[in-house]
Amino acid sequence: MRIGNKASAGGGRWLLRACLRCLLRDRFRGAERSGNTTGLAQQAEDRSEATVLGGVEALEYFLQQLINGVTLGAIYGLIAIGYTMVYGIIGMINFAHGEVYMIGAFISIITFIVLGLIGVTFIPLALMVVLLSAMVFTAAYGWTVERVAYGPLRGSFRLAPLISAIGMSLFLQNYVQLVQGARVKPMQPVITGGFEFFQGGGFTVRLSYIQIIIVLLTTALMIGFTMLIQRTALGRAQRACEQDMGMAALVGVDVNRTISLTFVMGAMLAAVAGMMVTLYYGVIDFFIGFLAGVKAFTAAVLGGIGSLPGAMLGGLLIGLIEAFWSAYFSVEYKDVAVFVILVLTLIFKPTGLLGKPDIEKV
Amino acid sequence: MLTIRGVSTSYGHIQALHGVDIEVRKGEIVTLIGANGAGKTTLLMTICGNPRATGGRILFEDRDISQAPTFEIVRMGIAQAPEGRRIFPRMTVLENLQMGATVADPAHFDEDCTRVFKLFPILDERKAQRAGTLSGGEQQMLSIGRALMSRPRLLLLDEPSLGLAPMIVKQIFSVIRDINEREGMTVFLVEQNAFHALKLAHRGYVLANGRVVLQGTGAELLANREVRAAYLEGGH
Repeated sequence: MRIGNKASAGGGRWLLRACLRCLLRDRFRGAERSGNTTGLAQQAEDRSEATVLGGVEALEYFLQQLINGVTLGAIYGLIAIGYTMVYGIIGMINFAHGEVYMIGAFISIITFIVLGLIGVTFIPLALMVVLLSAMVFTAAYGWTVERVAYGPLRGSFRLAPLISAIGMSLFLQNYVQLVQGARVKPMQPVITGGFEFFQGGGFTVRLSYIQIIIVLLTTALMIGFTMLIQRTALGRAQRACEQDMGMAALVGVDVNRTISLTFVMGAMLAAVAGMMVTLYYGVIDFFIGFLAGVKAFTAAVLGGIGSLPGAMLGGLLIGLIEAFWSAYFSVEYKDVAVFVILVLTLIFKPTGLLGKPDIEKV
Repeated sequence: MLTIRGVSTSYGHIQALHGVDIEVRKGEIVTLIGANGAGKTTLLMTICGNPRATGGRILFEDRDISQAPTFEIVRMGIAQAPEGRRIFPRMTVLENLQMGATVADPAHFDEDCTRVFKLFPILDERKAQRAGTLSGGEQQMLSIGRALMSRPRLLLLDEPSLGLAPMIVKQIFSVIRDINEREGMTVFLVEQNAFHALKLAHRGYVLANGRVVLQGTGAELLANREVRAAYLEGGH
């Protein structure tokens, strides 16, 4: 009995592994295929299995993962802000946010192609135009989604907008699949090159220009965004709505407009993330929003949902966890690792790292 | 200035107000007293459009505001210090005042701030502090101060004395008298503390079970036997 059990357990484990492999390879193909980190990590896995890592090399290897993780984390952080802000203001998880990010990526790639067709070859200009176009059009999507799917449900029961969000997410996915096709969309690298250092020992640490741009742009956006929330009248109105929506209306805040603008801002940041992913990985498809969305959501929960610095920190941590997990354990299970973090956070610290339970003297 | 004509309000199937008629004239302090659950707070909130009146009309300076959205009503010149104060707890005192000035011209923000700090000097000392950490009395002052920041022509106050020490109540009521006498501010005051409210007010209404059952000048109501029996005896 016991022995048989053991044998079947072994078989079961194999089966599970195979299933997960299939699932991750096929279902999440878009994300899996999205080259850079995965490629490096795959290479990393091969290495670790061969145990060729010496002392100095191990350090270099670690450094490379750090670079990859921070880059990935910047992207997750930008998406996570959209989740956390919307949750903060209307207490709803906008499950369609991942799709908004995906649309941002598509708008970027389309704009790149259009610019190529009309012969704009000066790269900094092209990047600026793509950035603006992605932000503007994606913002329009974010605004429309809120107006169509959530606005009419305000004041309804709590679950209603959530269900509507899932519907919106499915709709947007299928809409893009229909309009753009299901195939992976490749893009030629626009920004190439980078720095290489620590070349000794057979392992080179690479810091590409695109990685630098991603981290710098994200940092700038996050600083600007924090200032906007802390210092401007719009930011104050958003915080007021977050704390007491009825009272915000009583001092003359147009609550519906403020909520719409929150969606617009979240969509703009997601658009930037979409553009950066397009540049970084060079391939996108209609399904990338799902996985990136859930991971950014995990980042928001880990940081403390509703907390802006929490979303940034959570994004960074999830990026690092994913990179290091892929590098030192298993690429196949990198998504599983991230979702385990989500589950653990929800069980042991539902308020997240920087979230505060609402205790106020009233 | 404010005319409430036959206003009814319901929460779902429960009707809270049954055809209430109230008139507030320019420069007056009018008080509305009544027991718990009489519908006083509901009436103030209905004036601000949340919940909406299900019947009757609310006129502010001869404009029907009963269908206007809340923020429009505030823009027209009505400000409220609502029940439970409802200051924004995770904002500083100054930010709360900035929120109060949402519909005001930013050009006279400093001037309005000075005016509020003059009325409530403690707020000046605490202006960088998070509002959630203020004491109950300070929060009430902030709530009134915030309402004044929009330069309203009509000020709605919902139980400003609730849960406060007698000294603080005295201070708050003297400020209400002050802004009425010196600046001619029209005040509509909802109170359970009937004695103080009637002494302060020019006129008063008594609300019971969603209906106006008595009205008169402050002095008349103070002398009224039913009012004394129901709201004053054994209390204050």
